[in-house]
Amino acid sequence: MNPTNKITVYRKLEGQSVGFYILLVVLAIMVAMGLLAAWTMEHEGHWISGMNNQVVWGMPHIFAIFLILAASGVLNVASVSTVFGQEVYKPLGRLSGLLAITLLVGGLMVLVLDLGRPDRLIIAMTHYNFKSIFAWNIVLYNGFMAVVFIYLWFMMEKRMQPYYPIAGRIAFIWRLILTTGTGSIFGFLLAREPYGTAVMAPMFIAMSLMFGKAMFLLILMSSYRGSQRMLNHAVVMRLKNLLAMFIITALYFLTVYFITFAYFTEQHGVVRFFLLDGGHYTTLFWLGQIGLGAALPLFILYHPRLGEQFSMIAVASVSVVIGGMIQLYVLIIGGQAYPLDMFPEMEILASSFHDGVVANYAPSHWEFMLGLAGLAMSLLMTVLAMRIFDVLPECVTEEVPAL
Amino acid sequence: MSESKPIQPPRRDFLKQVAAVAGLTLAPGVFLQTVSAAVNASQRWGLLIDSNKCGDCQACVTACHTENGITDHNRPETDAQWIRKVDLRHKTTGRVHSLPMMCQHCEHPPCVDVCPTGASFKRQDGIVLVDKHICIGCRYCMMACPYKARSFVHEVITDQKAHAPRGKGTVESCTLCVHRVDTGRLPSCVEACAATGRGAMLFGDMNDPNSELAQRLRTEYSTTIRADLRLNPGVRYQGI
Repeated sequence: MNPTNKITVYRKLEGQSVGFYILLVVLAIMVAMGLLAAWTMEHEGHWISGMNNQVVWGMPHIFAIFLILAASGVLNVASVSTVFGQEVYKPLGRLSGLLAITLLVGGLMVLVLDLGRPDRLIIAMTHYNFKSIFAWNIVLYNGFMAVVFIYLWFMMEKRMQPYYPIAGRIAFIWRLILTTGTGSIFGFLLAREPYGTAVMAPMFIAMSLMFGKAMFLLILMSSYRGSQRMLNHAVVMRLKNLLAMFIITALYFLTVYFITFAYFTEQHGVVRFFLLDGGHYTTLFWLGQIGLGAALPLFILYHPRLGEQFSMIAVASVSVVIGGMIQLYVLIIGGQAYPLDMFPEMEILASSFHDGVVANYAPSHWEFMLGLAGLAMSLLMTVLAMRIFDVLPECVTEEVPAL
Repeated sequence: MSESKPIQPPRRDFLKQVAAVAGLTLAPGVFLQTVSAAVNASQRWGLLIDSNKCGDCQACVTACHTENGITDHNRPETDAQWIRKVDLRHKTTGRVHSLPMMCQHCEHPPCVDVCPTGASFKRQDGIVLVDKHICIGCRYCMMACPYKARSFVHEVITDQKAHAPRGKGTVESCTLCVHRVDTGRLPSCVEACAATGRGAMLFGDMNDPNSELAQRLRTEYSTTIRADLRLNPGVRYQGI
């Protein structure tokens, strides 16, 4: 037994305050609005959304993929303790495992409710084309939930303690495969130029670590603040340093991604589109993805004074979340809007199906309602689980061992 | 084996009723089975499109959409298009020409690879279709198709044709008029193109050495769109 485990006392949320109930009601309303949006889109048809025959995946997919990536990345806190032996994170393992499940459920809810036929979910569970990366992902998502559930159970159940490092290792490997699967949804698409590169898989893993860490910090800090508990400064400093490292890692893979396109002359168009003349996609790339998603948080996190303040670390985390969403928007929506190159030597003069031009896409409020409902569902489940189970440590006050 | 007891009349009647209901239920399936029995792997239905002969008319598009009940909601970005005309100009030579684009009925269709439920499938005779009963509307096939040949049904469908079932929330594309081909007729686009006198579209069995299509493919140069992907489409072009 390690020294940190000895003095960790877990306590449920009190759940008596007005603020707690207001939070539940607000989240429940957001979920209900998402269900209304899904029902309306299903009833009227998807034409009421901003998605069309050119940009087939829209805002709901941005939210869904963000949550699915964050779910995988958020488990990193537990993995660092179980797999890499950093005992200081052990008290936070339960929250990490819980968030891995709740964020995934929220993401999958959005993905399923956006289907043209969400009523046919059972078909997706019973008819498998094993060459489809989507089909692999269905297995990987369900398996991840099961593995993390067992990991959590072993973590929380004294009798199962001896086995939980094994469960932790399986969960760690599973999450790497899971995110490889998510990245490969795009990485194995030959048709569209901005996709179809194997670097998508490690890039998505880096993004998942970044999103997951930002979400973890935000939920950790807000739940400790909300329940008036002591949050150890050194632990937060370690987490924010990890967040900064993951931002840099994600930037590295993004650079590799663009260098690949920049190297091959026939693919210069992709680099130009995203970095120079892609209209609002270029603007979003520089201001949103790079500015909000990387530059601002890195500045805050590495600033000698700002980087010490919880409130500024929260600002940096929010910035990563918004910048991350924008990153997915640029990649997923921009990647679809970029015209398919069917006739490399020809200029397309006219086409009724928008060939050869950057496709239009303007997300509708229905899409935002559905996407936000996924986030709300994740948070609602998290808050309720914190109320019912011993997830959050009373406080983390022990000496922090040196790294 | 134990000796079977005689069935009591009421139970026999009940079984008869069950058999009758089952027969009625299964009949359409049996009918479909007889049609698909005509499909065989020795055939490969295909098209040869000569863009030199293709003019600026929309006869193929109109015929296809009329035949298959593809209606317009005056929303070009979400309206389904099974076939479209594309006007092109060569960047170097300046030559302007036009051609119809539709599902290219690939030998190795990416839409079939990515479909999670197997709703996208290729018949033995090379026609790529969507099984509307198991399509969940995920649109992954639309992401994967290099020809942007597929449409998602964004609206409620009202007056659909019995031979071309469609459904809100599912994906669809050119069926090569499979309902006509299975009864020995030409796809409607080919028929309409011939009626204009242009004859830019030739339909046939690429595997039958005696077919006009196979003979022309053997003696004349033709190519495919995105040949670099090596999907071996069933639709081949001349003049591009």
